[in-house]
Amino acid sequence: MTPGTPAGRAGQHRAGQDRAGRDRAGQGRARQDRARHRRSPAWSSPARRSATRRAEARAALGFLSPWLVGFVVFTAGPLLASLWLSFTSYDAISEPRWVGADNYRELAADPLVLKSLGNTVYYTVLHVPLSMALALGLALLLVAARRWGPFFRTVLYVPAVTPPVAVGVLFLLLLNGQTGLVNRALRLVGIDGPQWTSDPAWIKPGIVLLSLWSFGTTLVIYYAALQEVPGHLYEAARLDGANAWQRFRHVTLPMISGALFFTLVVNTIASLQMFAEVYTMYFGTAHTSAGAEEGLFYVVYLFRQAFEFLDMGYASALAWLLFLVILLVTLVQVRLSRRFVHYEGRR
Amino acid sequence: MRTRGALPLLVALLLVLAGCGGLGADRAEARTGFADEPVGPLTTMGYSLPDEVARVRVERFRQRYPAVDLRLNEGAFDEQQFLSALASGRPPDLVYLDRADLPSFAARGALLPLDECFEVTGMDLAEFRPAAAAQVRYQNRPYGVPEFLIVRLLMANRVALADAGIDPSRVDTADWGRLEAWARAMTRSSGSRLARLGVDPKIPDFFPMWVRAAGGDVLSADGRTARLDSPQAVEVLEMAKRIVDQAGGQGVVQAFRDGWDLFGARNPFAADQIGLSPMEDWYLNVLAQNSPRAPVVVLPFVGRDHQPLSWATGLAWAIPQGARNRAAACRLVREMTTPDAWVAAATAKRDARLARGLHYTGTYTAHVAADERIRAEVLRPTGLDWLDEGIRVIERAQGVAFALPASPAGAEVKRAWEDAVTRALGGRASPADALREAQQRATAALARVGAR
Repeated sequence: MTPGTPAGRAGQHRAGQDRAGRDRAGQGRARQDRARHRRSPAWSSPARRSATRRAEARAALGFLSPWLVGFVVFTAGPLLASLWLSFTSYDAISEPRWVGADNYRELAADPLVLKSLGNTVYYTVLHVPLSMALALGLALLLVAARRWGPFFRTVLYVPAVTPPVAVGVLFLLLLNGQTGLVNRALRLVGIDGPQWTSDPAWIKPGIVLLSLWSFGTTLVIYYAALQEVPGHLYEAARLDGANAWQRFRHVTLPMISGALFFTLVVNTIASLQMFAEVYTMYFGTAHTSAGAEEGLFYVVYLFRQAFEFLDMGYASALAWLLFLVILLVTLVQVRLSRRFVHYEGRR
Repeated sequence: MRTRGALPLLVALLLVLAGCGGLGADRAEARTGFADEPVGPLTTMGYSLPDEVARVRVERFRQRYPAVDLRLNEGAFDEQQFLSALASGRPPDLVYLDRADLPSFAARGALLPLDECFEVTGMDLAEFRPAAAAQVRYQNRPYGVPEFLIVRLLMANRVALADAGIDPSRVDTADWGRLEAWARAMTRSSGSRLARLGVDPKIPDFFPMWVRAAGGDVLSADGRTARLDSPQAVEVLEMAKRIVDQAGGQGVVQAFRDGWDLFGARNPFAADQIGLSPMEDWYLNVLAQNSPRAPVVVLPFVGRDHQPLSWATGLAWAIPQGARNRAAACRLVREMTTPDAWVAAATAKRDARLARGLHYTGTYTAHVAADERIRAEVLRPTGLDWLDEGIRVIERAQGVAFALPASPAGAEVKRAWEDAVTRALGGRASPADALREAQQRATAALARVGAR
């Protein structure tokens, strides 16, 4: 919050903290973009300040150059190449052959595209809200648990740095319907647990259960956001007679809605691209064959087309369809966010 | 001002391009032809040195060709890695891969035909088991050299058989009605928890072998027509579904199997978790090592016509298109697959196992003369009747084994039947419907590859 900007409902005294908090929540980039736009006309002006700015911009570009070069060579280049390849028949061995929109036509008629997309959407619809709710619940507990906070913060983040392949193999064992720990625990309380990894009806719920294991990053974001909610708002609400739920609903939630929105977007994108755990469980070397249909997620199918069937052209078309789906979903989310996300200083 | 600002960017770009330039310069390296004197670096992909069988033969090659600098890139063959290497124009000189994957690479021009290599070294595909030779031949030209012939046999648990009053000498897979009855008689469960699976048909894994047992085939002899919805295939899947359903269904059976300690002392035979199942021959070795006293009986797998049959798979050496050191690659392949090399390797393996107090159950090379010499010169009775009988069953299966025809869309066809079996066993589609869809998918894939 720069001086002179309207302070908003939160009050000026904590403006610095506020910015730091939201930067952590990933909102910082948007702010910087806005700031850059405001500054850009100054670049061409002959004023002394603009000379300093140019020097700063050069330094910035210099520092950014490794990333910029990396982006152009390793991301933008392959991205454009894949767009072109999606209009070819290409097996990575012989030269690509132009086939026009054939791959896209085939894609429209391929039942496995719909099946794998359905599986992925099912997973996303369950995973995203559940992992957000779980992370938020634990973040609230973490904020309350002052003394042991740092310890639990570390413990809860550890799963986020566990390699996904290890998670896949681990959960294959944990969720095994006959010998797995999850069902053994359920049996202790008298529940005959389902066959998580082998019953078609339970495979996707099992994958969702597994996915809740790695909520660490979301949790840390929420924890940071919660730290930034000013205490005086709670005080004011308390004086007005608000109970715990009302304080959560009308103070906490609006104040962290920026962080919630950010995690909603990035978790949705990550969910639609889910690959490693599912591939390990149902298609890798340690796999169980029962998940061939229910575990066929979109990116798994894409990988199969590219590297098992050597149909890179078709796989590229699949990748671009996924890109469009993600773009569409994100646009809808951004649209909806205008109604639900509260940005301080903007409204 | 602006140009100076862009300087770091330019430097970074130049560094990247300089890196690429380094790769390009190597392309000018001289190539050797098959007939040349083998010298210089020789790179491989997919071959590791896990045991004496690999180490002894590699050592023989190194001694015989000291001018060749053999660089083994250890680890399993990785398609992604191989494709990247091909696309970058720097493939390894030699790859070691599953024979089932070879035709799809050959069909796409990723591998060199080996006629010249065979000519130079005097190698002939007729030296090898017909099932193995057929897998490395594509459009009547050799594209690989086979190693190992893995066959499938029947392994039964004597305790489970006795429990159900089944005479081990009468056990075979010819009568499927009787097989289903045995499956019911040997299965033990309480609620949704299985304690013993009576019969494990090992489907989808062994689907092609069951179809062959019923007198059918999953692919035509030329590998270009799928036959996944044949009456025999449907019959196999229906039989498998009945067996799996009586044990509690796919969910329970698969989870139970996933929980087995296949490679431990508490393997399903030692732990009385299985009644009867077709298994790969190497599992005999696992049992001999981990539970030599397990109550196992090894029997040949037979078709409905009572004739023994077995599905064979294995590995192969192949030389990629663009390989630089063809001379050395060709010599290595020859050296690794001579009967002398195999006998030396098998002897070393036998001695190493005996030194550790373990049984040696044979080495099955896919090379006819090598197998015969190993049996005559290396193999000794183990002193365990069931194991010696098991070795005899493996030897007989080697002679009657069939391989799946080489198909350029082998991977797609396999995925199609695997998915169909999973759907049908999981109750998502009837066996006939699931296989009909698989047939459509396989046919479309074969057409696509054919059109390329």
